[in-house]
Amino acid sequence: MSNLMDNRKGRQHLLMGNEAIARGALEAGVKVAAGYPGTPSSEIVESLSRVAKEANMYVEWSANEKVAMEVAAAASFAGLRSMCTMKQNGVNVASDFLLHLAGSGTRAGMVIVPCDDPGALSSINEGESRYFARLVEIPLIEPGDFQEAKDMTKWAYELSEEIRNVVMLRSVTRMSHASGNVRFDTLPRDNVKAMFKFDGFILDQMEGLVISAPVDYKHAQQQEKIKKAREIFEECPFNTYTGPDRPELLVITSSACNLYAKEAIEILGLEDRVGLLKLGTTWPLPPNLMKKYLSMTDRVMVIEEVLPFLEENVKVIAAEMASDIGIKRFYGKNDATLPMVGELNPDIVVSGMSRVMGIDYKPVPDDYAQKAQLYATTKSPNRELTFCPGCPHRASFWSIHNAIELDGRKGFVCGDIGCYTMALLPCGFSTLKTVHAMGSGTGLASGFGKLGQFGFDQPVLAVSGDSTFFHTTIPALINAIHNRSNLTLVVLDNSGTAMTGFQPHPGLEKNAMGEEVPAIDIAGVCRAMGARVEVRDPFDLEETRNTLNELMEDEKGVKVLVLRQMCALSPEKKAKKRYEMSIDEEICIGENCGCDRVCTRVFRCPGLVWDKERKVTRIDEVICTGCGVCADICPAGAIKRKEV
Amino acid sequence: MAGKRLSKDPYNLIITGVGGQGNVMASRVLANMLVNKGFYVTIGETFGASQRGGSVMSHLRISSKTSWSPQIPAGSADVVVALEPIESIRVLKDYGNPGIKILSNTRPIQPVGVIAGDLEYPGLDEIKGIAREMASDAWFVDATDKAMELGNPILGNVIMLGALAGIGVLPLDKQGFKKVISSTVAKDRLDINLKAYDIGVGMV
Repeated sequence: MSNLMDNRKGRQHLLMGNEAIARGALEAGVKVAAGYPGTPSSEIVESLSRVAKEANMYVEWSANEKVAMEVAAAASFAGLRSMCTMKQNGVNVASDFLLHLAGSGTRAGMVIVPCDDPGALSSINEGESRYFARLVEIPLIEPGDFQEAKDMTKWAYELSEEIRNVVMLRSVTRMSHASGNVRFDTLPRDNVKAMFKFDGFILDQMEGLVISAPVDYKHAQQQEKIKKAREIFEECPFNTYTGPDRPELLVITSSACNLYAKEAIEILGLEDRVGLLKLGTTWPLPPNLMKKYLSMTDRVMVIEEVLPFLEENVKVIAAEMASDIGIKRFYGKNDATLPMVGELNPDIVVSGMSRVMGIDYKPVPDDYAQKAQLYATTKSPNRELTFCPGCPHRASFWSIHNAIELDGRKGFVCGDIGCYTMALLPCGFSTLKTVHAMGSGTGLASGFGKLGQFGFDQPVLAVSGDSTFFHTTIPALINAIHNRSNLTLVVLDNSGTAMTGFQPHPGLEKNAMGEEVPAIDIAGVCRAMGARVEVRDPFDLEETRNTLNELMEDEKGVKVLVLRQMCALSPEKKAKKRYEMSIDEEICIGENCGCDRVCTRVFRCPGLVWDKERKVTRIDEVICTGCGVCADICPAGAIKRKEV
Repeated sequence: MAGKRLSKDPYNLIITGVGGQGNVMASRVLANMLVNKGFYVTIGETFGASQRGGSVMSHLRISSKTSWSPQIPAGSADVVVALEPIESIRVLKDYGNPGIKILSNTRPIQPVGVIAGDLEYPGLDEIKGIAREMASDAWFVDATDKAMELGNPILGNVIMLGALAGIGVLPLDKQGFKKVISSTVAKDRLDINLKAYDIGVGMV
């Protein structure tokens, strides 16, 4: 199905932003790509992995973002163009290596692609990766539409080789996960032999050592590279201006906000009054180009997501040039013309721009808007997030929750990152009490588990998904075992990186390119490190709960319970029912039962529906996946399962 | 030029439904059909966490001139294709206007809050009444029920695409559908998808 290898110049395809980035890398002759899955970045490496053989590439899902960046850098050092992708918080994980990489410099072109998630549509933070570019002093570029997502990626390799340093191409959810028309260029045919040269002069970046020391020399060299990038940016075709010669307002924007700004100008009919400066190169800003456009007007509005990064950089330049270009009035985040939290959209931009320009704008008549609002709030019941029907996590948290209640010592669970983060919510019986970065659940539990000398006597649990286990749980677990912390780690092993679309991880026998690879056994790793380890099927509710209670009572160090059951959406399992479920309506007495319909009131699997009229629970056969777990939660035995 | 066949430029279409209904696939197929006809199409969608039981919406901006923002501006949707009935009502709050058209599936997917007895799900007649009051045109089709007769409820999204072609608001035809779906589904699923499309066309 992939169009990514279409080699006909000028052909147009509908590509997701992430696919366009992948295509740009292919047109640049990328040879190695590595990443860690994370919404909204995952489809870049995923697309490349599908064409890896055809394009003679090596593509991997790495154990975490830091390793991914190291793997990609090795390729650059050996003379191959490489790419590394991650979601915004992945940059934090990789940043230690990134700081040193920026100092050592690169050889063949290397591009890192963080995809930020303004508004946290699929995250528990809306962290900014742009600041890292400024912090570690590397160039930052941001595509403003889908065609640019491809074209700028390709160009980023030239830039990287021009300055011999890594380039950051930053995307956002509405660029990565939106789709648009992209016109293709051709794919290169080249055969580069990989070779790591190290015999040259020690300070020769191309043939000597690849290190960030001696720091005074390398740091000064790095700043020369940034100066060179700034000069290149002065003439960059991805910085464009549309609008009148003397606009009343200059809008400066980048990334997906370019599309919102364009739309807002059109909606408000301001084409003759507002100028739009779309910047593709957002750090360092090219001063001559900025001077040219800032000289056009005294009023400047900066439209960006999420923090005022561009706004502050523009203000610094404007202050430095104030004697030439005059004093400007700025509108943006700092003066609350636009919100400093959440993602923007055309309407938020329209509302900010209409206030700045003194225009009244109403998209629909008031009475229609009021009625629509009323119907939406009263007649379209909210859909809270929930685990999928047949999800092993619902069963796991049912048992964890019940085991803690039964234990009665105010035990609690430190959460982690994955679908199971939703166990903060009623769908997971509100079981999680902390959630931070990947692996942090176990790190926090390691700390809680050492508080006994201060009178702390609550049982401490942590959860970790299988992919998260390899990502950053292992060091925290080592810490806990070595320091004799008292905790129970539950590994929710659903055989894949489920939240982001079943990318493989080190625990599986196939890698990103579909090759056979050795699987690393989670239980075996934990045993080797010295933990007490049990393995159970979470669909066996009673056994799971009993085991948990036993482990919580064992106060000698670290206990690990691996709950192994494949994700209900995994390609191997999807649409395969193990049981045909039914309700014995003679037995189900719903609200009159002692359980007061525990299945639909508490267990809340979407496959179970409370039939209000008939006062009985029903199975929705379109939604039920036949996992059979609900048969065990019905105290009356009214839910029946039949093997299929 | 293709643009002559658009009643408005950009033409704004929303496909809305619940995670797992094949919303993303439907929007891809539709967008590719239109790109093959020479249009610029921008799709905006959210997936990830929203997939898990949440409302899932795809925005399609169809234009003969340029790529537009992946999010439709307030009050500017021209047609809503709802794979789940109450989702059409939810969409009206932000994107509705007196000229909007609604094409909706009739099969409800109960939100967890309704299953749990905390929230009310309106009756189908009530939903139809609201749609007819708030939209300039509204069609309701039993897409999921028909799809189950074909052996798989997921085909409901293809039936809805057929129905969208049937209401004639966009330049869509069976040849175009066949071309795109052939490269989307496995070979042995082609015939059933074509059949589902035809059923959809015939339902409006």
